[in-house]
This record gives sequence, C-alpha cells and structure tokens, in this order.
Amino acid sequence: MNEILEILSENAKATTSEIAALLGRPEADVAKEIRDLENAGVIRKYITLINWEKLDQSFVFAVLELKVALQRKTGYDAVAERIANFSEVESVRLISGDHDLSVTVRGKSMKDIAYFVAEKIAPLEGVQSTCTHFILRSYKEHGVILTEKQKPQRLVITP
Amino acid sequence: MKQSLKNVTIPVWNAQQHLNQTVKGMPPSGIRKFFDLVSEMEGAISLGVGEPDFVTPWHVREACIYSLESGNTHYTSNKGIPELREVISESVRCDLGLTYDPAEQILITTGVSEAVDLAFRATLNPGDEVIVPEPCYVAYTPDILLAGGVARTVPTRLEDEFRLQPEEVAAAVTDKTRALLLSYPNNPTGAIMTRSDLEDLADVVVENDLLVISDEVYAKLTYTGSHASFAQLEGMQDRTIILNGLSKSHAMTGWRIGYAMGDPALVGAMTKVHQYTMLSAPTMAQVAALEAMQKGDEEMLHMKHEYNLRRRMFVSGLNRIGLDCFEPRGAFYAFPSVKAWGLSSEEFAERLLKEQKVAVVPGSVFGPSGEGLLRCSYATSREELIEALDRIEKFLASL
Repeated sequence: MNEILEILSENAKATTSEIAALLGRPEADVAKEIRDLENAGVIRKYITLINWEKLDQSFVFAVLELKVALQRKTGYDAVAERIANFSEVESVRLISGDHDLSVTVRGKSMKDIAYFVAEKIAPLEGVQSTCTHFILRSYKEHGVILTEKQKPQRLVITP
Repeated sequence: MKQSLKNVTIPVWNAQQHLNQTVKGMPPSGIRKFFDLVSEMEGAISLGVGEPDFVTPWHVREACIYSLESGNTHYTSNKGIPELREVISESVRCDLGLTYDPAEQILITTGVSEAVDLAFRATLNPGDEVIVPEPCYVAYTPDILLAGGVARTVPTRLEDEFRLQPEEVAAAVTDKTRALLLSYPNNPTGAIMTRSDLEDLADVVVENDLLVISDEVYAKLTYTGSHASFAQLEGMQDRTIILNGLSKSHAMTGWRIGYAMGDPALVGAMTKVHQYTMLSAPTMAQVAALEAMQKGDEEMLHMKHEYNLRRRMFVSGLNRIGLDCFEPRGAFYAFPSVKAWGLSSEEFAERLLKEQKVAVVPGSVFGPSGEGLLRCSYATSREELIEALDRIEKFLASL
C-alpha cells in the first residue's frame, strides 16, 4: 500500500511535514504526491470518526437491505446512484447474498428514517423490497474499537 | 535482648548478615530514581520504556484463552512444547539459514532473561571472564557475577556507531576469558553489527577459543538490511549460543517466553539448570508463543513498520532540535548525545524530567561509556514523540 495513504487513512490530520518526517522524504515531494492523489480522485475526503454515542444529541443509523430489479443496460447502477443522491444516505454498496444493495442511512430519529424509507426509497422504480435494521449500538467503526476500556498501563520506565 | 521459652537469649535479628555477598555488593538500579520521579508526576511523557507500546495481538491472546478453557494447565517437558521448538527451528532456518534440531538444540525459557542467566551458569567456572560490550542492557554483568564469573566490559563508541571493535576485544582477553557476549541490535544504543562487522570479530574469537553468547532479542527489529548472527559465520554455529524471544518482536513482554539455541552439549547443560530452577516455561504462554510464531507474521511486520516510521521521524527530529543522534538501525531506541550541552547525562535527564516532564534514561545507567548520551525509546505513540520533541526543544532553549 502507498505509505502516504496508509498514514492518512489512520490520521487525516497528519500534516505534510509530519508525513515527510515519518517517511524520511522531502516535504515538497510528499505535498506533490498528496495533491496528485487528490486530483486523481484517489483521496476523496478527509473525514473525522466521531463516537456519536458520547454526545447527548446523537443520530440514529440504520442499515437497509434492498432487493432490486435488474434493469436492462444500466444494471444496478441507475437505482444505486439515485439512492446515493439522498443526503440522508451515508453509504450504498452492492453486495452478494440474499439482497442486492446495502444502504446505510442517518437520521435524527427512528421515525425520521422510517418515513424516509417509506417515502423515498421503497417507492423507487426497481426497488422490490426493503428491510430496515436500526443500529442499536456500534462497537467498532473504521478499525477503531469504540467501547475501549482504559488502556493497559506499562511501567513508566523499564531497562 | 529477649528471653526465649528455653531461657536462651535471642539476639536481635539482622537480615543483612544473612545475605549473599555478591547480591549485597550489587549496586541498586540506576533507573529507580527516575522511576519514582515519573510515577509521581502528572502529564509526564516517558521515553524510558523498554517494551513495545502495542498490546499482544488478539489472536495470540485468544489462543491462550482457548488453551486455558481446554484445561491445558499442566507442566510441559523441560525443554518446552515440541511444536513450539519445531516452529522455532523452522523460523531460524528461514531467517538465518541455520539448522537446529528441535529435540536437542532448542530450549524454551521464561523470557530471554532466564536464557541469559542459564547460558552463564551452564558455562562459567569461578573466576572465568566474559567480555561484555558496553553500554549494554543492565542484566548481563549481574548475571555473570551470580554465576561466579567476572564481567570485562569493553567500551563501544559513538564514532564507531557503537559497533564492537575487534582490537578492543583482543585487548580485553586474558588467560581467564571464556566467552564473548554479543547483544545486537543493541539496547540501549540501537546499534547493529553487520555480517562483515561480525566477520572482523571471528579471528579474535577463534584465536582465543571463546564461546559466543548472542542475545538477539531485537533481531526482527532490524530496519536496514537483514539481521546477521555470529552463528551464521563459517564454522561459528557450534561455538555460539543464540538467545532470542518473542517479547520485542511480537509485543509479548509479559508472557515471558524466550529460547536458546546451540550445540547440544551447551543446550543440554542449560536444560539441566532450567529443569532444577524453572522446570518449564509457563504452559499458557508457550501456547500463545506457538500461535504468534505460526500466525503472527503480519502483525509483527506491521509493528516493525510503525517503529520504523517513528524511528525516522524521531531521529531526524532529535538532530533538528540540536541533539546529535547517529542513525540507530535496530531495536526501538535512539541514543542521542548531550555532550555539547555541558551537562552529564544524569543531570540532563533529571532536569529534563523536572522542567519539561519528559523521561529518558541516562546513558550512564548502561555503563560508563554511555555517559553523555540518553536512551530514548520510540516505542511510544507518534503524538507523544512529537510532543516530547517539542518539550526537549524548549528545554534546550532554556539551557
């Protein structure tokens, strides 16, 4: 894996000078490579992983499983892209197995999401059935364990 | 004075009189003072820790849990579980191209620390001398003393990138010298010995018929080229005892699993001492070590990669802020010099801790040739390393 991407995928806040120091490369080279990766669309966005459950005002998330009728020429793409356009939708993935599309949705309340599915997703042409799973608790996101207990302590100095 | 039941006067108990003279004569650990200072300090960053900051990978911990659930709680054979010795044999064949018979030439120990102790106890007679490169890990000299031997330290120097020089070894040899201890990649310096560096030593070793005890616990953490062992040199395998373990490479310090490999007679003698003292290494830890050696390469390489990133960043950072540091090619320590700042390494370390709350270990703890240098462990998070560099820079500005 590209070493710069590896560092940024772990920490989007890593500065070019930090990355240059970690890799032992000139800062200008690193800056250029990052720009190239951004321009090529490899790096799409720098995001922050937030543990919403720590906040009073949190969101409700749901995973929708959709069965979709295949369309001539466009396959799954047309309906998937239509769904992706909704701002409530966090991710849209074509999956193998029982269902076709797996969609993650974010809303303010369960009712919010229920209405969104009923009004916007279910009626879409090509969507044959929906099944909504509300997320009750998240234990790990993007490789980070959210329920982590206090870190085990090392002795402060050892030979 | 008190009267006992039988009317004999009982003198006041004096435990000091009942101590072994060698143990009594051992100086207290040089890091104790720093340990106490850091422990009481809020917000201190410690670069003084000689162990990985990673927790043992989950699949290894899980294998141990499963083993305990299955009731695998008995002794193992003295030498350790056969599967573990076999996988070690296979791994050393891959890494060093050397063959060791798992039945006769490999002993599983309770950490490399035990293996070091066994190697001295199994080979030294009273008064035998062992040459020890210095600065070095703090246990070698006491272990030699406890085995009845005499440690002859040989200095290594910054200008040689802390590699052991053959002339220095030759000059330290007497008619009582029996063994040479090697410890590369080195704690505290981060120095390595390349194959050609080791070849330069071979003549002195052969001329004086020395046994080589090679502590290679940091072997997997060699960042430039591949690790070289003295045992790989032509004709040297038989006279070398290799000591290694999983503590540093697989983040398994607390499990206490090490191993010794060498000539069957030497390993056999070490096994005798082991069988009458430790009996066998902890069974659950051996099971975990087996899992780590069989399936832990990916995590091991991931951790090594992370140390290497930090190494580059931290060493260039030290040089940038004005602490001269040669490039450490192994282990996870940087060993910068403070000689230009007019403080002894202990003064520097103590003031740095009190004034900027960064703990490092003064090089003098690892022997007189460590004076003027500091051991800084980069087995700590990048954020802490960056913050530590900032604080050290502030401290230097205040001098």
